[in-house]
Amino acid sequence: MSTTERNLIEKVWESHIVDQAPGEPDLLYIDLHLIHEASSPQAFDGLQLAGRRVRRPDLALALEDHNVPTNTLLVKDAMGSAQLERLRENCADQGIELFSLGDDRQGIVHVVAPELGFVRPGMTVVCGDSHTSTHGAFGALAFGVGTSDVEHVLATQTLALQRPRTMSVEFVGEPPADVTPKDLILALIAHIGANGANGYAIEYRGKAVENLSMEGRMTVCNMTIEAGARAGLIAPDDTTLAYLRERWDPAAEADWDEAVDYWRSLRTDEGAAFDRVVELDVTGLKPFVTWGTNPGQAVPLDGAVPAPETFETPAEQQAARRALEYMGLEPDVALRDVEINTVFLGSCTNGRIEDLRAAADVLRGRKVADTITMLVVPGSMAVRAQAEEEGLDRVFLDAGAQWRLSGCSMCMGINADRLQGIQRVASTSNRNYEGRQGTHARTHLVSPVVAAATAVVGRLAAPTEL
Amino acid sequence: MREPLTTHTGQAVALSRDDVDTDQIIPAEFCKRLTKSGYADTLFGHWRKEPGFVLNQPEHQDASVLVAGHNFGTGSSREHAVWALRDWGFRAVIATSFGDIFLRNALKNGLLAVALPVPVVAGLAERAQADPKFEITVDLEQLTVTTDGGTWEFEADHRARWLLLNGLDDIDVTLRKADAIADFEQRRPAWMTSITRGAFSSPDAAKQRRAS
Repeated sequence: MSTTERNLIEKVWESHIVDQAPGEPDLLYIDLHLIHEASSPQAFDGLQLAGRRVRRPDLALALEDHNVPTNTLLVKDAMGSAQLERLRENCADQGIELFSLGDDRQGIVHVVAPELGFVRPGMTVVCGDSHTSTHGAFGALAFGVGTSDVEHVLATQTLALQRPRTMSVEFVGEPPADVTPKDLILALIAHIGANGANGYAIEYRGKAVENLSMEGRMTVCNMTIEAGARAGLIAPDDTTLAYLRERWDPAAEADWDEAVDYWRSLRTDEGAAFDRVVELDVTGLKPFVTWGTNPGQAVPLDGAVPAPETFETPAEQQAARRALEYMGLEPDVALRDVEINTVFLGSCTNGRIEDLRAAADVLRGRKVADTITMLVVPGSMAVRAQAEEEGLDRVFLDAGAQWRLSGCSMCMGINADRLQGIQRVASTSNRNYEGRQGTHARTHLVSPVVAAATAVVGRLAAPTEL
Repeated sequence: MREPLTTHTGQAVALSRDDVDTDQIIPAEFCKRLTKSGYADTLFGHWRKEPGFVLNQPEHQDASVLVAGHNFGTGSSREHAVWALRDWGFRAVIATSFGDIFLRNALKNGLLAVALPVPVVAGLAERAQADPKFEITVDLEQLTVTTDGGTWEFEADHRARWLLLNGLDDIDVTLRKADAIADFEQRRPAWMTSITRGAFSSPDAAKQRRAS
């Protein structure tokens, strides 16, 4: 095997090396820096204390998403409001484009940046948010960073990073029609574990991936971090180019062909090696749901809550016992018998137009059960506008669901959309950690169609049951 | 210059749980401050409400070395998790593995995050549970963890270690390469020169384009 054969991850990495030395991390250039209010104030402060300015404000885009309420434009919480205010001051001071609450471009950072065409193949993208992996759907190397790294990127437009090991994840075969992108990624995390890809960057491959829309690819890449890998990429193809073509400003038409030539080269070479290869046969895959308190604790929806003693190691058994205690579940209970109080449709994982369409198709002409509160939170105000144009808002409202403004909402308990007391929620978001959606909230991660069917039935359910 | 960090010795406390995510280390509702400090009371915010929780025990109030399990600090990128551990008084965390982003954040803030093999960590946890005064030394210079029961070697990110040992500022060091960064910027393709080049400034503009 010749050493000139490279995989996709290596190609994107190597094209961004500003400086390298043996034994040292590579200094990597960052093409796009996404910013939100919750992880950035201390970074801007640090910059100011050191008397530095933002090196490339033109390569940054800021959004208000974590703290925004989704039932009103008025932020009532003083600390959340202070974070938003500080972001506005910082962006104005440094000349960074900001889409604020009330702007028709506002929404979740990982929904807005791709839908406006800011994310392109072969880019490096960072954000002070672990779900930055979403943008790998475009063949971009995209990963979350902490606030210190946010400051470093603001000041230098680079990061000094150890090259990750590379992992090929191939979905083998074609999944049944009722299996969604969310099920693909939940099944993968259950297969390799919540820390199974730690230290790696993943390339997702196989026909099942190629067949996905950009929205579906973003769902898969979004939850890469839940497998422990910071970045997960999908090679750009005709689907990617068609999506980008619709979002390419005619004023830059002269650049298009050159860009496409480059993007076409962003494929893993025939015979290129990966540090690890994982295959997952998806031919007989079923809709997945989590039963525990990390995203790896998931089983098919028609399965049962596993008994702790069926796990291999004492540590896993202990973790399962603790998870069941928190979740208020007994071993061997069928997941379809688990009653739900709240359904959350939204987040950077499943808050895009296709997700809303899929859920609306299930809910059309049906009613949300009396025992259920259902929130529908579009991932961006543009998604909301599009959905309203298609009449999806009517479908949700007629069914008895709440139709909200855009933000991170109930994905994480930082804003007003927080569960009080012990409540059980079927959620299309990405994390089922203890206390994530409210101090005692019990989260089951599901796809949008399972969320919709669950809302109708009142317990975890697939659309095929309706 | 920052204060160089070479070694830390302190009392150990064991948190014998795997997959402790950053939402447990500091729940999101406590991540709203605009500062890097003020998080001590909200470390493990939900678990601290349980009277039996290990950090609520009076004999562990002077602990500064946390002995954790597998995949510590998994999940969200919030650096508040590291700030909260530092604020409470922790200077080192020993685990069998770490969430990637947490590990990087820890070293950036001088919190010594050290991965050791499962049996070693289990042994340290057992000692810490038996004796609240049990001390552990983490030596960043020698790359060793030492107790009265033995010495174990660990690995650390080369650059992070060098920055800490010498009290250097990460950004200062990178800015020594300002010429290389400027050179790189000259070579970037035209369509990458600005995020707005080629992109639409509004959903309406994009929609009109799609319709045309």
